[in-house]
Amino acid sequence: MYRYDEYDQQIVDERVRQYRDQVRRRLSGELTEQEFLPLRLQNGLYMQIHGYMLRIAVPYGLISSQQMRMFAHIARKYDRGYGHFTTRQNIQFNWLKLQDTPDILADLASVQMHGIQTSGNCVRNITLDEFAGVAQDEVVDPRPYAEILRQWSTFHPEFAYLPRKFKIAISGGKEDRAAIYAHDIGLAAIKNAQGEVGFRVVVGGGLGRTPIIGSVICEFVPWQHILTYVESILRIYNQYGRRDNKYKARIKILVKALGIDEFRRQVEADWADLKDGPGTLTSEEINRVASFFADPAYETLPDHDSKLNEFKADSRSFSNWLSRNVKPHRIPGYAIVVLSLKKTGNAPGDATAEQMDFVADLADRYSFGELRITHKQNLVLADVRQKDLISLWQEASAQELTTPNIGMLTDIISCPGAEFCTLANARSIPLAKLIAERFENLDYLYDIGEITLNISGCVNACGQHHIGNIGITGVEKKDHDEWYQVSIGGAEGNDSSISKIIGPSFTFHQVPEVIERLIHVYLRERFEAESFIDTVRRVGHAPFKEHVYATDFAAQEDEAADKHVVLPAQYDVPYYSPRF
Amino acid sequence: MNMIIKNKAIVADDWTVLRLQEQETPESVIVAAGKVIVPLKVWQAQRAALQDRKEIGVWLASDERPEELKGDIEKFSVIAVDFPKFSDGRGYSIAFNLRARLGYSGELRAIGDVLRDQLFYLQRVGFDAFAPRPDRKIEDVIKGLSDFSEVYQTSFDQKLPLFRRVQRKANEAASS
Repeated sequence: MYRYDEYDQQIVDERVRQYRDQVRRRLSGELTEQEFLPLRLQNGLYMQIHGYMLRIAVPYGLISSQQMRMFAHIARKYDRGYGHFTTRQNIQFNWLKLQDTPDILADLASVQMHGIQTSGNCVRNITLDEFAGVAQDEVVDPRPYAEILRQWSTFHPEFAYLPRKFKIAISGGKEDRAAIYAHDIGLAAIKNAQGEVGFRVVVGGGLGRTPIIGSVICEFVPWQHILTYVESILRIYNQYGRRDNKYKARIKILVKALGIDEFRRQVEADWADLKDGPGTLTSEEINRVASFFADPAYETLPDHDSKLNEFKADSRSFSNWLSRNVKPHRIPGYAIVVLSLKKTGNAPGDATAEQMDFVADLADRYSFGELRITHKQNLVLADVRQKDLISLWQEASAQELTTPNIGMLTDIISCPGAEFCTLANARSIPLAKLIAERFENLDYLYDIGEITLNISGCVNACGQHHIGNIGITGVEKKDHDEWYQVSIGGAEGNDSSISKIIGPSFTFHQVPEVIERLIHVYLRERFEAESFIDTVRRVGHAPFKEHVYATDFAAQEDEAADKHVVLPAQYDVPYYSPRF
Repeated sequence: MNMIIKNKAIVADDWTVLRLQEQETPESVIVAAGKVIVPLKVWQAQRAALQDRKEIGVWLASDERPEELKGDIEKFSVIAVDFPKFSDGRGYSIAFNLRARLGYSGELRAIGDVLRDQLFYLQRVGFDAFAPRPDRKIEDVIKGLSDFSEVYQTSFDQKLPLFRRVQRKANEAASS
């Protein structure tokens, strides 16, 4: 993975110094909260329900074992012993004190990490295909470009006060695993007919209040020009994006208002002045950065380990894990292992300090000391020898990281929800738990097969509910109680689509039954081996809607009392939100 | 006399910024004698009278286009860009376009809600003069110019990206 040179280190160190002084000025009253707000946000610091929350950047989801140990250290020293991995491949700590944050950022800088631009109206942490560099279907390794774009966007002077936040995602495989059509800019690294590398550039996608699938602005931008092309997109957006209404300020609204053709015309007029200028990427630079992503010292190994097959026959648990959580690797004899953070009852994406230290050790011993955070809130060991899979599984099982549910209904993507977030209308984590408990039976889970379920506590869609096959959203109602909208038909990837709401909203306790009814219709309607999303696309919403609303829901006896039993006890979180 | 930051130093300044009051119109407002920075609309309305002045400045609001000054920029001793709120980032692109596209080389001044923590970015896109918000100590504000000593990307101040300026290290393990 990429390692800082003295320039990177200096820039991050100077950022810590700048931030430390900003905190000092805030605490002394020299800076008003209003003035401090964008400064702390651009270092990842939010004010949430329980105090300050720090979002730390994991650039494009790649992390070393040493960096993971630093997260464990921060969790222990400054927080309550755990952290939350997010859908943007970052990590959040929820219980921090403002006075501690400069020290936390200094600790992070010592392992080449930071919270730069993880929030605020600027270019955010760039996200990437979690299997980049190791996927069998890879066309172009997008990691060097992700790093180059990280550097380009870090403290870009012109684009630090955009109309709204700006998210870029990059994919490099035949299959899009980075949800590039749901981002402000999505880049698909591709090769043209001549075998030259470039990018299909997608613009104006996004979720939130107005979910939109992005439009292709250019089918092929040669790699040399990607920085200047992105710069021109940002410049047009910075000048013309709406600033009068926060909910209409994302680039998707501008692209929609102008139309993609007019937007393209403006971008290309701007780009004409930059093209072939000094911002053009050089092959020296791409080669230099690519050298950090060169193959590790892979061994020459047979592609099938006979011991695996024997063990598989003996252990159903292992065999389940192998088929669900282990993915094919482009190098013979190696495998990609997804460590599930979705054990039933666990808050999706949460990991304890002990688990962080543990996975760091696993990475050192089994995967060249590196890990990845996925946008589905799991962890990945990308380079595991197949012959190590048995011992790795045994060890990881002891730390409850081998729930064999990757890509299944209980691999739920969820935002932190109303227990943590000031924006949320409803709880997400306890709902994820309730649903996971309902579908815990593995035979049933596997019969349902590949499906995505996303939960967001509000329309801002941090749980990316619009692109879940089933999406659940906390909605605001006059009675200030919790209500959830359920939608179906969303998908990410090459065949992205936005889900549609099935009808009137439900209470907290009705949602698992709603999911059960949706699954019932799917199992009734599906053709052999047809996935949930394909069935929805074929038969439409009507049969699902009809069945879900056909019969009343059993009355929940103690709906109110349950609100107080919401998170695993070790978190010690009182149920509290100013909205209720 | 007002103090401003110009070319990285605190200096006295004798320009006045004309802002239209509610009942005033660009056509009828009287532009005082001396060194005045007038709103773009006043310049456009009173061009005939103003263009013969020895020294005249103009300022752009954040929703105005620098291209409106095309062909005129030689006439100004100073062009200012107004920041109605420090978080309104349009002024950064206005400055970049004035410098890089329109080739303006005279004084480019940030006015309005100009604060210490934006100064580093402001100087990068081409501002060389800053009139900080009057309630701030200018001695503190000027410190913002030196928050960072290195940058990655091109802008107006730095024509070459870091990767074209210096020899950066490749991964030694990979090159062996």
